[in-house]
Amino acid sequence: MPQPSLVTHDLTVRFGGHVAVDAVSCAFTPGELTAIVGPNGAGKTTYFNLISGQIRATAGRVELLGQDITRLPVSARTEAGLGRAFQLTNLFPRLTVLENVRLVVQARARRGFNLWTMAQGHRDLIDQAEQVLERVRLTHLANQTVAALSHGDQRKLEVAAMIALKPRVFMFDEPTAGMSVEEAPVILDLIAGIKADAQATVLLVEHKMDVIRSLADRIIVLHNGALVADGPPAEVMASDVVQEAYLGKELTDV
Amino acid sequence: MMRLLSGDAPRSRVLALLLALILLALAFAPFLFPGSRSLETAARICVVIVLVASYDLLLGYGGIVSFAHTMFFGMGAYGVAIAADRMGPGYDALALGALAGLIAAGIVALLVALLSLRVRAIFFAMITLAIASAVAVLVSQLSAYTGGEDGMNLRIPRELTPAFRMGEVFGLRITGKILNYYLVFTGCLALFLVMLRIVNSPFGRVMLAIRENAFRAEAIGYRVVVYRAVATCLSAMIAALAGSLFAIWLRYVGPSTTLGMELMMDILLIVVIGGMGTMYGAVVGTAIFVLAQNYLKELMGGLSEATSALPLIPDLLSPDRWLLWLGVLFILSVYFFPTGIVGRLRGTR
Ligand SMILES: Nc1ncnc2c1ncn2[C@@H]1O[C@H](COP(=O)(O)OP(=O)(O)OP(=O)(O)O)[C@@H](O)[C@H]1O
Ligand SMILES: [Mg+2]
Repeated sequence: MPQPSLVTHDLTVRFGGHVAVDAVSCAFTPGELTAIVGPNGAGKTTYFNLISGQIRATAGRVELLGQDITRLPVSARTEAGLGRAFQLTNLFPRLTVLENVRLVVQARARRGFNLWTMAQGHRDLIDQAEQVLERVRLTHLANQTVAALSHGDQRKLEVAAMIALKPRVFMFDEPTAGMSVEEAPVILDLIAGIKADAQATVLLVEHKMDVIRSLADRIIVLHNGALVADGPPAEVMASDVVQEAYLGKELTDV
Repeated sequence: MMRLLSGDAPRSRVLALLLALILLALAFAPFLFPGSRSLETAARICVVIVLVASYDLLLGYGGIVSFAHTMFFGMGAYGVAIAADRMGPGYDALALGALAGLIAAGIVALLVALLSLRVRAIFFAMITLAIASAVAVLVSQLSAYTGGEDGMNLRIPRELTPAFRMGEVFGLRITGKILNYYLVFTGCLALFLVMLRIVNSPFGRVMLAIRENAFRAEAIGYRVVVYRAVATCLSAMIAALAGSLFAIWLRYVGPSTTLGMELMMDILLIVVIGGMGTMYGAVVGTAIFVLAQNYLKELMGGLSEATSALPLIPDLLSPDRWLLWLGVLFILSVYFFPTGIVGRLRGTR
C-alpha cells in the first residue's frame, strides 16, 4: 500500500452557525482516483477550498506529502504539489490560450521574479506550453483570447493548465459541468490519461454516474458537510446512506 | 532595435509613427524649438512620461490603484534638493541625493505595500491617499529641511546652468541649460527602456495575469501579495528617479511641483487617455496632455479674438475656460477610446 499523498484530519469550517464541512478525515493515495459525491450544498467545493487554501479551516489539519499545509497560502500549496481546477471556469480571459498555459509552466519553473529577460526569450517555457496544447488538441486556438473560446474549449483549457502544472494531487470540481454530451468525453479521456500516471492522486467531484463508474476507484460521499460513506464504487452506490442522501434524485444515469 | 524595445513592438503603423515623432522631437528639442519656454515643455514631457509610465506599471500592469505616486516622485526631488543644500553644488551631492530618494521611496513603498496590499483595493487606494496627504503636510511643516510651502532652490553644478557656455552647434549656443536638458532626456529615455524591459519580462507577464485574475494567478502558484509589493517598490523607485531629474532640471522643488494632488490627477488622466497597460500610452498621452496644458490657453486666446464678432463663442473660447475644454477633451477621449489612444491604435476594443 503506497503512502497517502494527501490527508485531511477532522477538517472543519463553520460559516457563522452553519457547519459547511464537518470534521472530515480522509486519506488519498497516489494511483487512485477518488470521486467525491453528494447533493448540492453538501460541502464538496468547500472541502476543496479548504484543501487548496482559498478558505481557512476553523479546525483540523491538511497534510500534503507529509507536510502540514493547513496554514500555507494558496500559492505555496500549489508549489508544494497541489493542482486545482474550478467548478466555475477560472482563467485569464483576455490573455491568449497559449499565454494561459505558458503562465502555468512559468510558475512551475519558478521564473516569475525574472525581471530582466524577455518572456519571449524563454523558449523552453513556450515549447512546453505548446506541447500541452498539442496534447489537449487546442493548438489551432493557441493565439485566440480565452474570452473568444466556447465554454467547452475553456473547460478543456482548464484541464490543459492542470496538465501543465503537473501537480502530485489533482483536484477537479465538476470538470464537465455545462458541457454538451459530445464535448464531455474529451475531458474524461484527458482525466483518464492523468490517472494513468501511477504517481498522480486524483480527486474528482462529479454528479454524472456514468463518469464515476468509468473513472473512479473509490467514492466518498459528503452529506451536510460530513463524510457519510467511503469505499469501492459498487459498494457505496448500493448503500442506503447514498440513496438517502440523494433522495434517489441526482445519482442517476444521464 | 527590437531588443532595445524588449520585443514590444508598437504593433500599429500610426503608433510607431507617433512614437518616432515624439522621440525625434524630444531628442532634438533644443534645435527644433529654440527658446526657454519650449525647452521647459520638452523637459516636462520627458519627466512626466517616466512618471506616468511608472504609474502604468502599477495601475495598468498590476491593477493597483494608488494615490501616493507623486509622494515617491517628491522623495526623489527632495532627496536631491536636500543633499545639494547640505553638501553644496556637486555631482556627488546630486548622485547621493538621488540614491537616498530612491532608497527612501523603495522602503516606504515596501511598508505601504506590506501594510495594505492585503486589504481590498478600495481600502488600499484610501490608505495611499491618507499617507500621501500626511507626507505633504509633513513636508510643509518641516520647513527647516524642506523649505516648507516655499520649497527650496537647488544649487547644481555650473555646467548644468544657463550661465555656462560652450560654443555653438548648428547655430545654437550650447548653454548649461541645454546640457541639463540632455541629462534629463537621456535619463528619462533610459528609465523608460528599463520599464519596457520589466513589463515584457516573465515578471511583467505575471503582473498582467494578476491584473486579469488575481485569484487564478495565486492558484497557479504566484504569490500575489509579493508580486504586488515588488511592483509597488519598482514603480516608486522609478518615480523617485524621475523626481530627482525634475528637481535638477527645475533647480527648484516645492510641494506644488512635486507632491501636489493636481499632479496626481494629471497622471491618472494621462494613463487613461494614453491607454493603461501599454507603456507607450504614457508617451503619447503625456505629449498630448502637456502640450494641451501649455498651449491650449494660447490657442483659445487666439480663437477667441478671431471670433470676437460672433455672439457667445468668444466667451466659450476665453482662455479662462481652458480647464473646461481640457475636461471636455478628456471625457470625449474616454468615451471614444475606452482603451486609450494606444489601445485604439492597436485595434483592441
Ligand atoms: N464563503 C461562504 N460563506 C458562507 N457559506 C458558504 C460559503 N461557501 C459555501 N458556503 C455554504 O456551504 C455549503 C456548502 O457549499 P458547497 O459549495 O461546498 O457545496 P457543493 O457540495 O460544492 O455543492 P454543488 O454541488 O452545488 O457545487 C452551502 O450551504 C453554501 O451555501
Ligand atoms: Mg460545488
